[in-house]
Amino acid sequence: MSSLLEAKGLYGGYGGADILQGTNLRVEADEIVVIVGPNGAGKSTAMKAVFGLLRIREGEVRYRNETITNAKPEQMVRRGIAYVPQEKNVFPSLTVRENLEMGAYLMKGDLSQRLDKVYTLFPKLAERRRQQAGLMSGGERQMVAMGRALMIDPQLLMLDEPTAGLSPLLIDETFERIQEINAQGIGVLMVEQNAKQALAIANRGYVLATGSNRHEDTGPNLLANPEVAEMFLGG
Amino acid sequence: MTDILQLLIYGLVLGSVLTMGAIGVSMIFGILRFAHFAHGDFMTLGAYLGLSFISAFGLSSWWALPAAMVGMAVIAVFIDQVLYRRIRRTQPVILLIASFGMALILRSLVQLIWGSDNQTYTSGIQFPWQLDWLGGMRLKPDHLWIMLISLGLVAGVHLFLTRTRLGKAMRAMSDNMDLALISGIPAERVIMVTWVIGGALAGAAGVFLGIDTRLHPVMGWTTLLPVFAAAILGGIGRPYGAIAGGMIIGVSMEMSTLLIPAAYKPAVAFAIMVGMLILRPQGIFKGTV
Amino acid sequence: MELSGIASYLISFLTFAGVYAVLALGLNMQWGFTGQFNIGIAGFFAVGAYTSAILTTPSSPAYLGGFGMPFLVGLAGAVIASTLLGLVVGLITARLRTDYLAIASIGIAEMVRLFVKNEDWLTNGVRGIAGIERPFADTVLDSPFVYLVIVALFVAGVYFLVERAYASPWGRVLRAIRENEPATAAAGKSIAGFRLQAFVLGSAIMGLGGGLYAHFFGFLSPEAFMPLYGTFLVWVMLIAGGSGNNRGAILGAVLVWGVWSGTELLTGLLPTEHATQGAALRVLLIGVLLQVILVTRPEGVFPEKPPKLITRKR
Repeated sequence: MSSLLEAKGLYGGYGGADILQGTNLRVEADEIVVIVGPNGAGKSTAMKAVFGLLRIREGEVRYRNETITNAKPEQMVRRGIAYVPQEKNVFPSLTVRENLEMGAYLMKGDLSQRLDKVYTLFPKLAERRRQQAGLMSGGERQMVAMGRALMIDPQLLMLDEPTAGLSPLLIDETFERIQEINAQGIGVLMVEQNAKQALAIANRGYVLATGSNRHEDTGPNLLANPEVAEMFLGG
Repeated sequence: MTDILQLLIYGLVLGSVLTMGAIGVSMIFGILRFAHFAHGDFMTLGAYLGLSFISAFGLSSWWALPAAMVGMAVIAVFIDQVLYRRIRRTQPVILLIASFGMALILRSLVQLIWGSDNQTYTSGIQFPWQLDWLGGMRLKPDHLWIMLISLGLVAGVHLFLTRTRLGKAMRAMSDNMDLALISGIPAERVIMVTWVIGGALAGAAGVFLGIDTRLHPVMGWTTLLPVFAAAILGGIGRPYGAIAGGMIIGVSMEMSTLLIPAAYKPAVAFAIMVGMLILRPQGIFKGTV
Repeated sequence: MELSGIASYLISFLTFAGVYAVLALGLNMQWGFTGQFNIGIAGFFAVGAYTSAILTTPSSPAYLGGFGMPFLVGLAGAVIASTLLGLVVGLITARLRTDYLAIASIGIAEMVRLFVKNEDWLTNGVRGIAGIERPFADTVLDSPFVYLVIVALFVAGVYFLVERAYASPWGRVLRAIRENEPATAAAGKSIAGFRLQAFVLGSAIMGLGGGLYAHFFGFLSPEAFMPLYGTFLVWVMLIAGGSGNNRGAILGAVLVWGVWSGTELLTGLLPTEHATQGAALRVLLIGVLLQVILVTRPEGVFPEKPPKLITRKR
């Protein structure tokens, strides 16, 4: 049985010097995998590279044993990989419902089942379906963003700092939702600043520094690792 | 009082023309992030295509409208594919220069093919209806049609943008290009549809202008400034704002003739635009600055 | 006879190219150095030309002045008038995206043209201003060749000025703004201020070009300031020559003016009843030339070679 996602020895960046220096990542189906690390470690860059948003100069990305290195975002979506960027992750002038519809742009047929599924997970979005996404609070927008990504019924959900800028209460709620999504059999790969909480719900975690893997272990083991704790988790 | 009402009608007719142009300019700006300077000359070319169509088949003047709209939709996509698409990856300002060059190319083509003299769709004079219940105000049937058809086209654009998948995708791309790509929205197809609509509406604007006045190779270029003024007033990148902007500019331009020489009509559009740029550059409806 | 005909054609050709070179250098200041998109060059050009004409022509009942002032006073007036216009336009648009400047600038050009056309008391309207003399009128130095030398001196002077500006710390900031606006703002530079300065300086240079044109051509009318001649050709010149490169701007002016004049010779072969078509064909050719350059060689014949910035990106 092959991994859901496997990235090996990635090198690449935004045209200039490589930011990724041989990054490795692996996500098994139904796992939650968290990438943590200091600022500028290349965490978001690694996510973007995997999703084909920036050019991988060297290395390989495989999804269900199929090479998808540098494939276009459209092809990622068609294969069942959804990505939620950290910022600007909604269409502000579109309504909530329209935002969700855009997530399923490539899906054929009736959307109502997909919509219902998202509304069940985020009941608030059902209430607010006619509201413009740009007028919503940060937490609500994050729900719209995740909901949009879930509209394709992904096998792999990639989240870039899903709790950035949220209040502690909302952070807890977001992590709960992520666990619920995972419980439906969706693999989750996320970058997180709230490393402790994220590693606590994670099956495995990666610690990235200067674009390469520093540590890789199960969530609890990383939390227990004194070096990791000292370096990145602030004791 | 009748004078003012009469000017209001002229203003709404002009406003309809400007709206047709401004919606296209606004949409193109929203999706491709550049001010399309050939849009006025799209209008001109559309008007002349309509002229050739009706004279070739001996049809009445309103048949120019569908011919111009279809013709300009095709030509707009063609120009995009041949020219703009090749330079899209560089900075948007390069597109600005290219569109400015395209404006001159189209105008000289019109001069080459149709000559520089004034032309009209029909040779006769149309007798206006005298509306006694409105103080003897006059209304030409053509003017009424221009306003009604514009209304219909605006409604059509509205339905397209709010009810169809592609229309929503267009708004989504205009909102957030990166997220649209991440969602798998096919950018090239949306861009193509943007040109189809922008081109068709420019063709309609050209025919309206030709029916209202006459055809001339610089008819579109001289209308470009008020069209941009309308788009900026409505908030550039916001097609709905373009409607309000078009009407305000059109009515102001006609009303101004009560106070200043008619030659300065474009100056009124310009003054409103400059005032807007100083006070509220994002437009009435908060476009993309 | 033949030979002197060719010589006078050459002198006239080079003088025109020189005037356009001044305009292209002015545009380079705005577009090449700071990425400000001015397509109202014709407006600044016209203001400069008319100011100089009104200041230097003998008194006339038909329009304001003329004041019979010397050539250099006329040019100074041209520079001052276009500087003021540039200041007004710049103040409105310096904070905005360059698309707005582009739109506002065609507006300015149209307004100037409308004004020149309709305000007879000031400019004699469509009848235009005639009898604008070259410097050293009625002396042995009053010849097209001497005027060519004068224009060449001005081109050299402007070139020297903008080269110095480009290499100066001030010019470095301008380029830094063009390359990376947020970073430059973060470094504490007033973006709008620097932009405005560059815009106004460019406008002043365009005004000077207008003044030089007026004294060369001797007659001004609103038709000379249509966007085609005033604006479009200058843009093609700068793009072809290489925006950001001052030598490119001058060479672009000569080259494109050569192409433009060459197409005139070609269309001159057409029968006279097709004269208007001939003019349209020339514009078409130049327009296509621009597009070909943009698609195949957007950096121009002489690409910009900036002196090394002190703070390079890593």
